[in-house]
Amino acid sequence: MNSINWFRFASPASFFPVAGKLARWFAVLAVPLAAAGLWLGLVVAPTDAQQGDAYRIIFIHVPAAWMSMFIYLVMAAWCAVSLTLNARLSAMMAQALAPTGALFTLIALWTGALWGKPAWGTYWAWDARMTSELILLFLYLGYMALRHAIDDVRRADRASAVLALVGAVNVPIIYFSVQWWNTLHQGATVSLTAAPKMASIMLIALMLMTFAAWSYAIAVAMVRVRAIILERERRTSWAGPLAGAAR
Amino acid sequence: MSLTDFFAMGGYGFYVWASYAMTVVLAAIEVVAVRTRFRAARTAQLDENAG
Repeated sequence: MNSINWFRFASPASFFPVAGKLARWFAVLAVPLAAAGLWLGLVVAPTDAQQGDAYRIIFIHVPAAWMSMFIYLVMAAWCAVSLTLNARLSAMMAQALAPTGALFTLIALWTGALWGKPAWGTYWAWDARMTSELILLFLYLGYMALRHAIDDVRRADRASAVLALVGAVNVPIIYFSVQWWNTLHQGATVSLTAAPKMASIMLIALMLMTFAAWSYAIAVAMVRVRAIILERERRTSWAGPLAGAAR
Repeated sequence: MSLTDFFAMGGYGFYVWASYAMTVVLAAIEVVAVRTRFRAARTAQLDENAG
């Protein structure tokens, strides 16, 4: 075989140093992206004609909401791999993503409430978009609670993977809720299929904040997966030298 | 634009800053928590090596 052996990185031992490098690079990348996004979003972008400055919550709210859904799909995909191939590292990746996904979901809900008050006159409504996003938070918390409740890690991997996969049906419900139901929440401002309905400076700020959120999520998840690898593989012969070399 | 105007956010300061502040606080908590978890796992492994 002269091709790259991808399965090499499917072993926790060889992925451990790779995850360390990724964590460092993406942590370094997140800072200038967030700084530029905040500068453009809070200072340079003009005040919105309809919403005044309250619209500036968008630069947190939309990236957080995108991340909350995207991380769930990535987590569910790792769960599918871990169930079908019975691969330890895939289960560890899913386990490492869940708290960060829950964090972004909480931020999306919190900023949504704070945007809802000035925009619609209410912090919360049992609207399809908001309710399904709240269910997403409960799915993340349920996934983590189920993992926590089962002592045998391999059984916890399987049980939580099934929960995550069943819950994945909620993600398209969140995404399309604004089209399927007559919601208080507005439709998509930015989509892949249509021209964005916003000024380009706002769009650039939004994209910078989105890439910052991506970099942050990768960095944090990679540090967490390293911790999980050490926690779960403590009794193995290769884990000892790894911990000694790791900073 | 003065600094006062910037913080006032056209009267929406509370909503805007509460959004940004909560995000910063939650992210900071996560970063500290994940680093603490990694250090604890690493220390436990080093103890295992020594013992």
